[in-house]
Amino acid sequence: MESVLKVTWKRLPLSTNFAIAQAVKDSDVDVVSAYPITPQTTVVERISEFIANGELKAEMIHVESEHSAMSAAIGASAVGARTFTATAAQGLELMHELLHIASGLRLPIVMSVAARALSAPLSIWGDYSDVMNVRDTSWIIIIASTAQEAYDSVIQAYRIAEDPRVFLPVLVAYDGYAMSHTYEPVYVSEKSDAFKDYIPKNPRWYTLNPEKPITMGAMASPEWFYEFKYQQVVAMKNALDVVKEADDEYGKRYERKYGIIEEEGVEGSDITFVTYGGLYGTLKESIEELRKKGEQIGLARIRLFRPFPSEMLADIAEKAKALVVLDRAITFGVNISGPVAREIISSLYARGIERNVYSFIVGIGQRTVTEKDIIAIYEKVKEMLASHERQKESIYWGVRE
Amino acid sequence: MMAKPYFRTVYDVPREEYLAPGHGLCAGCTAGTIVKLLLKVAGPNTIVVNATGCVEVSTTPFPYTSWKVPWIHVAFENTAAVASGIESALKALKAKGMIDPAKRINIIALAGDGGTYDIGFQALSGMLERGHKVMYVLYDNEAYMNTGIQRSGGTPEYAWTTTTPVGKILKGKVQQKKPIAEIVAAHRIPYVATANPGYFADMMNKFKKGLEVEGPSFVHVLQPCTTGWKFDPRYGIVLARLATETALWINWQQEEGQFSVTVSVPRRKHVKHYFELQGRFSHLTEEDIEKIQKEVDLEVDRINKLVGRTVIGPLVE
Amino acid sequence: MTQEKLLGWKELPLGGAILEPGNSERRYTGDWRTFKPVILQDKCTRCLRCWIVCPEPAIYIIDEPYTTKSGRQFKFSVEVNYDYCKGCGMCVEECEPKAIDWIEEEK
Repeated sequence: MESVLKVTWKRLPLSTNFAIAQAVKDSDVDVVSAYPITPQTTVVERISEFIANGELKAEMIHVESEHSAMSAAIGASAVGARTFTATAAQGLELMHELLHIASGLRLPIVMSVAARALSAPLSIWGDYSDVMNVRDTSWIIIIASTAQEAYDSVIQAYRIAEDPRVFLPVLVAYDGYAMSHTYEPVYVSEKSDAFKDYIPKNPRWYTLNPEKPITMGAMASPEWFYEFKYQQVVAMKNALDVVKEADDEYGKRYERKYGIIEEEGVEGSDITFVTYGGLYGTLKESIEELRKKGEQIGLARIRLFRPFPSEMLADIAEKAKALVVLDRAITFGVNISGPVAREIISSLYARGIERNVYSFIVGIGQRTVTEKDIIAIYEKVKEMLASHERQKESIYWGVRE
Repeated sequence: MMAKPYFRTVYDVPREEYLAPGHGLCAGCTAGTIVKLLLKVAGPNTIVVNATGCVEVSTTPFPYTSWKVPWIHVAFENTAAVASGIESALKALKAKGMIDPAKRINIIALAGDGGTYDIGFQALSGMLERGHKVMYVLYDNEAYMNTGIQRSGGTPEYAWTTTTPVGKILKGKVQQKKPIAEIVAAHRIPYVATANPGYFADMMNKFKKGLEVEGPSFVHVLQPCTTGWKFDPRYGIVLARLATETALWINWQQEEGQFSVTVSVPRRKHVKHYFELQGRFSHLTEEDIEKIQKEVDLEVDRINKLVGRTVIGPLVE
Repeated sequence: MTQEKLLGWKELPLGGAILEPGNSERRYTGDWRTFKPVILQDKCTRCLRCWIVCPEPAIYIIDEPYTTKSGRQFKFSVEVNYDYCKGCGMCVEECEPKAIDWIEEEK
């Protein structure tokens, strides 16, 4: 590929927040609207620096709330600007009403979320409660597990969002604190225009233009509304292929790709662990110890939460005797309360696959998950498997009695 | 000296219509008059952001729209924020050459009293502070008419609404109307004005001015509502005029900090003339009306002092 | 009122966008009316006050010369479009020369 030769990378020590800001610059975003919230804030601080130094030509709107951040993003995107915002936790909740509207209006906004626990009690620390609440808003949700992946994912996100088969907003999530504030080596493009052919500026979605006046956000009565929601259902289905294509193309051009599910050793495993975000790193290290003892353990990391890669997970499940799902959020009031675990169970049911799925809740409000925890969870699952014990409800790992 | 007003007679008003008929506003809804005239001033190079409300639902029942200019509705409380995003985006796209930098596009935020005084106030204040070049037009029908006449921060004292009923103890709204235009003026933006469709040229000149200034502008328009105020639909414009003739509503503007009353009232009418046409005030006693009259007298004094001469005259009928 | 064809999701513009500006002209709100305004062309002074206040808008300027019975000549006339006029009566109330009749609609 010609463009592969063109891109020269520089290796920088960056937190995921800074990697995101770098990606926003390299995506040549036109408008950024954001409000400060921990642990996201350094994303917009860094973007503001890029703009102040002339490294990014964009308008920064320092809005007075996250509700206005998303509203301004909707306005900007509705006139054809490439638009970005970033938030976390309470900020994401304050935006919630507008999340549905951004997707309903089919606007390709990209947002990063440093995943954080939701109040009350107040917690500024990481978990995925905020991100999981976006589940039913028709946003595409990518969850990165390294700063590098976050950088690459934001750039990919514009390609996905702006694809006419999709025209939906994209959320790129990563662990608050554990990733947002931890420095890793990240390869970023030496030049800002390295991605201009990968994500060309060519707004094809409906926009407000006096030359061709249209009405956006009309009122749809019962005989019309349903069809617009079904359009979103179809766009979400299409997004699965588009995400994959965007990643493949990125891999071809820039020699980094992630797939939709990152997996290893799932073939013929006794137990396959499934998780998302930064926890995957801990999981990988912990599993090494067990593997040394000859245990057959598979690992899978879901990079795409919406649309949910049901078929791919069913394939992975088929290859294992059982799945262990580590969720960092709680769906209150149901027996299996891990959001991803629930999706997996329904995926298996739809395919008629009988497998034990063990749902564990971990890392809530950034409660530490150590190698010891992973090993203990593994032992616990092995025991349950041996006694043919079907899990009746999620296990709240490590909660004090 | 002040420049000559742009619209002086009806013959100065453009013929082109940018609001199409067939909308579902109530018969006699003066919001139709206001929006129609607003668009005549703004012309085709305009983007309208409309808050949830009567105008929004009545003009865009899918698959129909009454708008001949680009129009967007996002939600209730965020009109000013959406308009901010549009304004910033056009700036960015112009700077990057994606749209013609010479092209002037008017951005109008249009919201009712609920969407401005109450739920949309934060976004409005933010937009004003940031200085986006947006004209915010408030059509004030003094209650949540779209949801069925509930009181808002813009409902005047004593007015009946479905949530300020006239009962044995409470008689309509207890609190006063929030002085929204003055609060907006306190943001020290280039242009703030109050208007009403009874004085169409004055109102249209204010729209014109609001679109011309470099920065945010705010035009607060009184919008008599036949359904919520309970008057015969034919009296919408009569009431708009009466509001000014009684000085319950004063048409003023503040341009670069300079306050002026644009519609002087040499001979002032008693407030009872305004109240007697409206069902929402039918419970008022003579004492109540006299009390309100005294309040208006005080306000007239204040305004005259502010201007430095008598722009609102004595009570004569 | 016209009934638009109920299109399927593939045919409908994405996200409920309406691509045809001002197409509410296909919704005839004239059937809301119980009374109708009738402009008396010989009495009308062409002040256009009715044209300004009409909230639909359902009052149109017709660019055709008109000579009144008393011999007054006008370059244009003003007419009510009954397809849209909802019969609010605002024009009648605002008409200074009282040149608009207010007539009950026949059932």
